[in-house]
Amino acid sequence: MVHPDAEFREFLAEGRFMLQRQKGGAAFYPPRTIAPVTGSEDLEWFEPSGRGTVYSTTVVRRKPPEPSYNVCLVELAEGPRMMTRVEGIDPAEVRIGMPVVARVIDQDGQALVVFVPENAA
Amino acid sequence: MSPFPRGRTAIVGAATFGTGMSPGYSPSDLAAIASSRALAEAGLSPKDVDGLFFVHSVDTLGGMSFAQYLGINPKVTNNNRLGGSAFQAMVEDAAWLLDVGAIDVALIAYGSNQATIGRAQSKTAPPNVYEGPYRPTNPITSYAMATARHMHQFGTTKEQLGEVAVAARQWARLNPEAYMRDPLTMDDYLAARMINDPLGRFDCCLVTDGGAAIVMTRADRARDLPKTPVHVLGAANTTTHRDIMAMPDLTVTGAAQTGARAYARAGLTAADVDVVEVYDAFTINTILFLEDLGFCPKGEGGAFVADGGIAPGGRLPVNTNGGGLSCTHPGMYGLFTLIEATRQLRGECGDRQVAGAEVALAHGNGAVLSSQATVILGAPATV
Repeated sequence: MVHPDAEFREFLAEGRFMLQRQKGGAAFYPPRTIAPVTGSEDLEWFEPSGRGTVYSTTVVRRKPPEPSYNVCLVELAEGPRMMTRVEGIDPAEVRIGMPVVARVIDQDGQALVVFVPENAA
Repeated sequence: MSPFPRGRTAIVGAATFGTGMSPGYSPSDLAAIASSRALAEAGLSPKDVDGLFFVHSVDTLGGMSFAQYLGINPKVTNNNRLGGSAFQAMVEDAAWLLDVGAIDVALIAYGSNQATIGRAQSKTAPPNVYEGPYRPTNPITSYAMATARHMHQFGTTKEQLGEVAVAARQWARLNPEAYMRDPLTMDDYLAARMINDPLGRFDCCLVTDGGAAIVMTRADRARDLPKTPVHVLGAANTTTHRDIMAMPDLTVTGAAQTGARAYARAGLTAADVDVVEVYDAFTINTILFLEDLGFCPKGEGGAFVADGGIAPGGRLPVNTNGGGLSCTHPGMYGLFTLIEATRQLRGECGDRQVAGAEVALAHGNGAVLSSQATVILGAPATV
């Protein structure tokens, strides 16, 4: 089996943020071998809109000169929530309810989904 | 389903050991000494235990290790890894098992030396690979986001969080066993450095070592033992998620379910509870649990704790030992809420004693608001 985690990472390495859903059913995240709640093994990958809103947010404070950084939960337009961060603005300026758009970036050689404010996209 | 055995089992021994810094002691040493003392309160010894419920801070096979340490061969070995709520869930399990006669004496014990060896050495659960790359400094990052969401939805303020910290310290100052007994003012609280916005240093529980144990048996036997029995009136637990990204609503915990179920089993409501001990890993916990356990409406926890609402002399005695914030926090604090509740119902609490306390609620919390478990305890008059 190619593990769904590996499939997710392979999509990301191509610059594509993909989600799983039960065929004809609800999207979920993180990847799994069965759909949560229903248990269905009849799953498919699809490309979400990339849009979401900040559900909650914090600033992880570090001792200077190490920069403090944002960690937040983004609720995707397709339903699932994910831990991520909003980039491109001061970490303390990230607000609950802020509309954001996904970006796939390279972090230390690993492809990662982050978000930017919709009005900066 | 058979009804919960309301009042038919009781806590007959309770003890803590080494709840500050205890260099030289292993987690099992701390738990073993607490266990021996809890059993001695009931006139029992390890050989009498046939139901062993144990959590070791790092050894995930600790149930077996501790049976070996005690030199016993129990009929039930429960090695529950729910985290800080494990002990409330164990009380529920032990009540059912005792009541049907599967076991006669349950020992529920815990030991941790996390302060001595360092928290990094005490971790057993790896971070979720879908959260790790964003560098959360869990557990605080998850609780900070629950706090931010509560502030956003309900207007809860930093000062209201501060009321929780200051009240805990005021209670701790009445408890000779509490680890942090220096005065703490609102100014001190507000001036503390931020760690994960909006949580600062005094929003966070202590990091200590510690062992703890309670002993349960059936009520008919409990009557003949030395200490006043503290009866288990109701208990319930649930799991809503593991990682904060999967928590259905960051402002509503599983305590809303476990409280309702435990009250129904006890035939009581929040209005009947004289003293409340909740797992305060962070200041937001106390606010969330007071709401979810029915002491105030959802969203009004901040106002409920304001103006010394839960401090000594306030409207409701909450975390009378000083809580995880100021008394002790060896990593999985839930058992200490049960011990303080037991001592309050026995009338053993000296300067911090809640006069005439007959019903106590002890609530445990595991991981990042993930597992919730509630136990309602009563003095003999409640049975």
